[in-house]
Amino acid sequence: MLYDLIVVGGGPAGLAAANSAWEKGLRNILIVERDKELGGILNQCIHNGFGLHRFKEELTGPEYAHRFIEMLKDTSVQVMTDTMVLTVTENKEVHVINTEKGYQVLKAKAVILSMGCRERTRGAIAIPGARPAGVFTAGSAQRYLNMEGYMVGKRVVILGSGDIGLIMARRMTLEGARVLACVEVMPYSGGLMRNIVQCLQDYDIPLYLSHTVTDMQAENGRLSHVTVSKVDEKRNPIPGTEMEFDCDTLLLSVGLIPENELTRGAGIQMDMRTNGAIVYENMETSIPGVFACGNVVHVHDLVDYVSQESEKAGAAAADFVLNPKENEQAVQLKNGSGVSYTVPQQVRIPRIEKNLEVFFRVRQVYGNSVIEVKDGENTLCSFKREYMTPGEMQQIKLPRVLLDKVTADTIEISVREA
Amino acid sequence: MKELVCIVCPKGCRLRVDEENGYLVSGNSCVRGAEYGKNEILNPTRVLTSTVKMEGGLYRRCPVKTNIAVPKGKLFDIMNALNAITLTSPVQVGQVVIENVCGTGADVIATKAL
Amino acid sequence: MYDVAIIGCGVVGAAAAFELSKYKLNIAVLEKENDVALGASRANSAIVHAGYDPEPGTLMARLNVQGCAMAEQLCKDLSVPYEKIGSLVLAFSESERKTVNKLYDRGVKNGVPDMQILSREEVLQMEPEVSPEVMGALYAPSAGIIGPWEYTVALAEVAVQNGAEMKLRTKVEGIDWTEEHYVIHTNKGNVEAKYIVNAAGVHSGEIHEMVAEKSFEIRPNRGEYYVLDKCEVTKARHTLFQCPNENGKGVLVSPTVGGNLIVGPNAEGVSGEEDNHNTAAGMAFVQRMAAKSVPNINYRHSIRNFAGVRANLNKDEFQIGVAAKQFIDLAGIKSPGLTSAPAIALECIHLLQGEGLSMEQKENPITTRKKIHFRSLSAEDKQQVIKENPLYGRVICRCETITEGEIVDAIHSPIPPCSIDGIKRRAGSGLGRCQGGFCGPRVLDILARELKVSPLDILQDKDGSFILMNETKKEV
Repeated sequence: MLYDLIVVGGGPAGLAAANSAWEKGLRNILIVERDKELGGILNQCIHNGFGLHRFKEELTGPEYAHRFIEMLKDTSVQVMTDTMVLTVTENKEVHVINTEKGYQVLKAKAVILSMGCRERTRGAIAIPGARPAGVFTAGSAQRYLNMEGYMVGKRVVILGSGDIGLIMARRMTLEGARVLACVEVMPYSGGLMRNIVQCLQDYDIPLYLSHTVTDMQAENGRLSHVTVSKVDEKRNPIPGTEMEFDCDTLLLSVGLIPENELTRGAGIQMDMRTNGAIVYENMETSIPGVFACGNVVHVHDLVDYVSQESEKAGAAAADFVLNPKENEQAVQLKNGSGVSYTVPQQVRIPRIEKNLEVFFRVRQVYGNSVIEVKDGENTLCSFKREYMTPGEMQQIKLPRVLLDKVTADTIEISVREA
Repeated sequence: MKELVCIVCPKGCRLRVDEENGYLVSGNSCVRGAEYGKNEILNPTRVLTSTVKMEGGLYRRCPVKTNIAVPKGKLFDIMNALNAITLTSPVQVGQVVIENVCGTGADVIATKAL
Repeated sequence: MYDVAIIGCGVVGAAAAFELSKYKLNIAVLEKENDVALGASRANSAIVHAGYDPEPGTLMARLNVQGCAMAEQLCKDLSVPYEKIGSLVLAFSESERKTVNKLYDRGVKNGVPDMQILSREEVLQMEPEVSPEVMGALYAPSAGIIGPWEYTVALAEVAVQNGAEMKLRTKVEGIDWTEEHYVIHTNKGNVEAKYIVNAAGVHSGEIHEMVAEKSFEIRPNRGEYYVLDKCEVTKARHTLFQCPNENGKGVLVSPTVGGNLIVGPNAEGVSGEEDNHNTAAGMAFVQRMAAKSVPNINYRHSIRNFAGVRANLNKDEFQIGVAAKQFIDLAGIKSPGLTSAPAIALECIHLLQGEGLSMEQKENPITTRKKIHFRSLSAEDKQQVIKENPLYGRVICRCETITEGEIVDAIHSPIPPCSIDGIKRRAGSGLGRCQGGFCGPRVLDILARELKVSPLDILQDKDGSFILMNETKKEV
C-alpha cells in the first residue's frame, strides 16, 4: 500500500498536520496512533486554557482535540489506532504493528513525524535518597487521576514549576489532597504566570524558588518525607537550609524531552539544543519528504503553536507530493547571545511565501529588550519586547522582502536588554 | 490595599488594588490589568474543570467543566456536587451534566465524547 | 519434610535451587520478600567477571573462572540476556601498568583464557572514548555482561518447574536442630528440612548464627550507580574497569545488555540492606571517578540512579562451607558473586553430598526456558507470534518495545510477580528512558486485570509500596 502521506502520531500535531495536508489537496493520508483514540496527551489535560490563539476561546484539552478530530470527519483521512510504529526508514517505509494485522510495512510518498515528547524523570535529574513508590512524573499522576479516577497521594510535594506540575497542584487539591509545596530550582518559575496564580496562589500553596529536593525517606516502601534545600546561583544545595516535608507523594514536573527514537532510527540530523530534528522553514527534516512538527521538534508551551507549526508541516508535505521541487541552498539560523535555540534551524528563502515564522527561546529573564536579526554584520530588523522568560516561547515573523536582502550564509538572532 | 499578580499577559505586573479608594489599581502597565485587578478583588471567578464517574466508556472518568466562570468560593461545593454524578456512555461533548450548579448560574458540561 | 531448604532467593539461592532441582529431592526456597532477586542480585554492575581479580588458590578464584565459563551456555538455555563483550582494566600510570601486569599473572594462574596486555594505541583503537591519558590495559575477552535479575528469575523459575516450592514472604526467625532434621521457624509457621542452604546474602551472618558460633562478619557495603540512555552506550564497547588500589576497586563504565551505559559503583559501609539510598556525595564521586576512564559521559542522559547493598565480608574470600551438621553456608557472596553463582551451586551440591545427602538425578529434569522477547524477533517471527497471540501486537512500553503479550506472559510465569517492578524484571517494561512514566499506568491496569484485583492493591515493588491511594469521586 502506497500512501501519499503517513502521519506518525495522532496527537495535536499529527491531527493538525493531517488536516492541513488534506486541505492542500492530498487525499490518501494515514494517521498511525498508538493509543486507542486520537488526541494524544490532550485527552488527559482536562483543564482549560487551550485554544486562546487558535480559536479565540478557552477550551479544555479534550475539547481542543475534539475540534480537530471533528474536522477529520469530513475528509478521507484514514486512522489506524492501537498501532505502534516500530521503524521509519530513509525511503519512507513505516513499519507498524497492531493486534489485528500484525506486522505491516507501509509505504508513503511523504512522512510527518509527530510523536510528541516525554517527561523527564527522577533519574534524569539524579535526586538523592530512597527510591520508594510515591514518586511520579506529573503526567503519569495526571493520567491516573483524570482518566482512571485514582489519586496517587494525600500529602504532596511538587518538584518543578512546569505547567503540568502547577495544573496538578490544583487538580489534586480540588480532589482532596494537601499540596504542601511547589519547589523550583531556578530563580523563576518554568510555568505560565496564569498557572502560578490560579493553581498555587488560589490554594495558598507556597512556591519555593531557588530550592530543590535533596533527600527522600521511605517508610514501608512508600515515600514518607522529602528534604528541600535552598540552592546557590550554581544550583548547588546550601547546607543548613534544609526543610522537611512529611509527604507520601512527590510529583516531578522537571521538563519534557522530544521523543525521537524513530527520527534517529531514520538517520535524520538532530539538533543537540532542541533534542529534535533540524528542520527547514517548512518543517522538512534532512530527509526530503520527511517532516516533523510539534513537541517532537521542540517543546512548546502552548498547543496553539503546535497546531500552527503542524499545519505548516502538513501543507509542506502536500506540496512535496503534488509539486516536487529542486532543493535550494539554505541559510542557517544562528543562535546569537541570549537565544538558546531557534526553529527552524535552516531556511530556503525562495520557498518563503510572505513571512518566515521563527520560534525561539531566551536563556534568561529579560525585561525591556530588543530581539535583533542580523545578516552577517548588518542588522536586518529588530523587535521590541517588554518581557521575556525562558518559560515562554517567543515568535517573530521575518518578511520575505527583508530576507531577499540576505547575503551571508547565516542569519543571527540575538537578544539584549534595551 | 491588596496586592496581586496580573495574569492578563506573561509580564506579571504586581498590582495594588486600593479597596478604600474605589478599587483604584496601581502597578499595572495597561488598561486590561486595571480591569483584572478590580475584578479579582470584587468578584474573583474561575472556570472549574474536573471529572465525573463514567460507566461503559473507554475510561472510568469523564472530564467536565463549568460552562462559565463561577465564584471562587463555590469551587469546593461544586466538587462535592460532582461526586453524586455517574454518566453512562454515550456522552457527547457539551452535554449538560448538572444545570445551574450550586445556584451559580453555570452548567457543568462534559468536555469529551465517551 | 523437605530434603533441602534454601534460605534466600537471590542469584546464589536461585542457582542452588536450579542445580538441586535436577535431582529427586523435595526442595523449599524461603524468601522473605514478595519476589526473588530483591537484594544485591537486582542492584549490581551486571558484569560476568573473567576472574583475574581474586587471589590465586582461593575458592573465589576457582568459582569465578568456572562461573564465567558456565554463563554463556546457561544464558542461552534459559533465555537470559548475555553478551561476551570482554573487559579492559585501564592503566593510567606506571604503577597501574604494573598492577595490570600483576592482574595478568594472577589471571593466568586462575585459568582465565585468552588475556592480552594492550598498548595505549590498542586501547584507544578499541575504545575511542577512553581518556587519551590511558597507558595500557589488560584485555580479558571472556568477560561479559548479563541481565542479573533475569538470570536469577530464570534459574528460580526452572527450579520451580522442576518441583521446588517457592515460599515468598517467608522470613526465617529461628532454626532448631532436632537430632535428625532442622525446624525452621518463620513468620508463616514452621518448615522442616533435613538440610539447609544458607544463601541469605546480607543476612547470611544472622542465619549462620542461628545454628553455629559466629565465624565471620558481614559488612554491608553500598554501591551507587548511574544508568544512561541508549545514546550514551557508544561511550564504551567493553566493560572498562580501573585498576584496584588502596581506595577500592575503582568505578567501571560498561554497556548493559539492555543497550544502556552503566557507571559505578562507589563503596561505602552501611548498616544494612535497607540503607540502599542514593547520596549526592556518592553520585558525585562516581561521576568524578568515571571521568578518569571516559571523560565525555553526558549525565544529562541519565535515566536512573540506583544503589545496591553487597554482602561484603571481613576477608577477601567467599564464606562457603559446612557451618553445622547438614547446614551449608553460601555466605558473604560479594562481587564476583553474580558470576560465580552457578559454580557456587555445584560446590553446594558437593558439600551437601559430603554431609550425607543422597542424590539421584531425575530422568528428564527441565534445564531450559523459552521466552518471547518481541523486540529481538525478525519481522517474520513478529508477524507469526502476533498471529498466534494478538497481544504481542500491542506495545505497552514504548521505550523498550515491550508488548502486552510479554507482560501477560510474565504475570502467568512460574513465579508470578505482584508488582510493577516484578513485571519489569521479567518483561523489561519500564527500564527505558521514561522509566515507566508512560507504561506504568498501563502495566498496573494489566496486572490488576490478570490478577483480578483492584488497581489499589498493585504494588510498585516490595510489600507496602502502594502506588494508588484512593478512588476519586467517592459519594459522601
